[in-house]
Amino acid sequence: MLRCAIIIWLTALPALAEEVVAGLSQSRISISTNFDGSEILIFGAVKRQDPIVEDPPLEVLITVEGPSRPISVRRKEKRFGIWINTDAVEVDRAPTFYAVATSGPWAEVIKDTEDLRHKISTLRAIRSVGATIRGSQDFTDALVRIRANSDLYQTNIGSVSLSEQTLFNTSIRLPANLTEGDYRARFFLTRGGRVIDTHEKIIAVQKVGLERFLYRLAHDQPIIYGLMSLAIAIAAGWGASAAFRFLRN
Amino acid sequence: MQIYLPIAEVSVNAFLLLGLGGMVGVLSGMFGVGGGFLMTPLLFFIGIPPAVAVATEANQIVASSFSGVLAHLKRRTVDLKMGTVLLIGGLVGAAVGVQIFNALKAIGQVDLLVRLSYVVFLGIIGGLMFIESLNAIRKSRAGRAAPIRKKHTWVHNLPFKMKFRTSGLYISVIPPLLVGLLVGILAAIMGVGGGFIMVPAMIYLLGMPTKVVVGTSLFQIIFVTAFTTMLHATTNFTVDVVLAVLLLVGGVIGAQVGTRLGARLKAEQLRILLAILVLAVCGKLALDLLLQPAELYSLGAAAGH
Repeated sequence: MLRCAIIIWLTALPALAEEVVAGLSQSRISISTNFDGSEILIFGAVKRQDPIVEDPPLEVLITVEGPSRPISVRRKEKRFGIWINTDAVEVDRAPTFYAVATSGPWAEVIKDTEDLRHKISTLRAIRSVGATIRGSQDFTDALVRIRANSDLYQTNIGSVSLSEQTLFNTSIRLPANLTEGDYRARFFLTRGGRVIDTHEKIIAVQKVGLERFLYRLAHDQPIIYGLMSLAIAIAAGWGASAAFRFLRN
Repeated sequence: MQIYLPIAEVSVNAFLLLGLGGMVGVLSGMFGVGGGFLMTPLLFFIGIPPAVAVATEANQIVASSFSGVLAHLKRRTVDLKMGTVLLIGGLVGAAVGVQIFNALKAIGQVDLLVRLSYVVFLGIIGGLMFIESLNAIRKSRAGRAAPIRKKHTWVHNLPFKMKFRTSGLYISVIPPLLVGLLVGILAAIMGVGGGFIMVPAMIYLLGMPTKVVVGTSLFQIIFVTAFTTMLHATTNFTVDVVLAVLLLVGGVIGAQVGTRLGARLKAEQLRILLAILVLAVCGKLALDLLLQPAELYSLGAAAGH
């Protein structure tokens, strides 16, 4: 065990000299009325003192993770001739958005133990936060599948382009149905499947203008918001009626 | 043109919403139904979260019903007294319905309840109306006048009788109160105004003349849906005013067109059209329950949070 640790420490030593320096095309995403998704460009460089080591090659992993929310996953079964919800699994916390991009094939980029430690792959990222998923694996798979279908969970193998083992960049598409909050971008440098450096940046996703005003009003002053909605409805109903009367005369 | 909805938190095409609102508005004005039984499933279909769809639809129905009722008030086809009696039942029913809705939401069966209620009620009402109006059309074709529905039934033997001059009725207030109550419960559970249940109930159960039925049901619907909107806005925060505005701009214009179209059609034709529409929606929902869905799993807001 001790010997093993020493070997890991020794192999990790030269690699420690490599660090990520990262940037984002935007550190703030504003959800305005005409928001229909956004694309963020993520780029960076590897800072090092020593000459580049060719083998094992340097790889880069980038993840972007939205705020986590509890969710329940339900399964339908045929009962009495109709399809109804029977079983449900509560996932205590699952990210509302999760994208992972790599510079090469998964198996070459990261070891399973490192994935487990840093919670990088989508399934691990879900398990990690809540840690207690009761029920079977099928439900978690279904959660990932459904969210992947609406682009909320993305796994982009090989989408990080890395040049000269130094400069890297990728772009991640954020869909329109984003949840407000802080999105965490994580950067991992790996060699031989082992993480040698990590870095984190925050992207703030926020509603602005009218969107923000209405959202706040609905949650802080629900009675005023409700009355306002009704007033608009009545005014529109009356307005249309009056307009038609005017048109006919 | 894509537009981001602040409460639903999705981006949808504004013209699609205007179009849907307009289409459903025409039906609303023609038949005196709020149109919710069509709009709510359509909103699910374009990706609006069900909780937001149900609450916002209630708000939109207020607008289209208000627009419709003004047209009917001008034509003096609203029985305000009967409307008020139905309304009292409706408000009590809506409050009860919201409780049932929340209880079932907690155990994850609200979707099933909503769909089953749709299938059962739309099926029964659509079927009855279709047969009845087909018979009426056949009889009028044969040269005889349509039958006058003023039979003396158990409805007329109940206490607390009241005169409803506009409808030309002298009946007990118990049946209209019960009809209002039932419609209120269904309105809250199904996210609809409930006109598609109330209109036939008024014609067949209360024996009201067809021409005042539409206006009176719209009158009751305004208040019940306004009440439901407030309940949703204050407890679940699920009323999306941007979505509602887009739907109601289309809706109020459609309702005006529909009211004028409705005035030109004969009562029997109007009823058979509504019956066909009701049966079509019922059939679609029944198929969804009977056929195996492509995705067996679904995501929902976590219970107990």
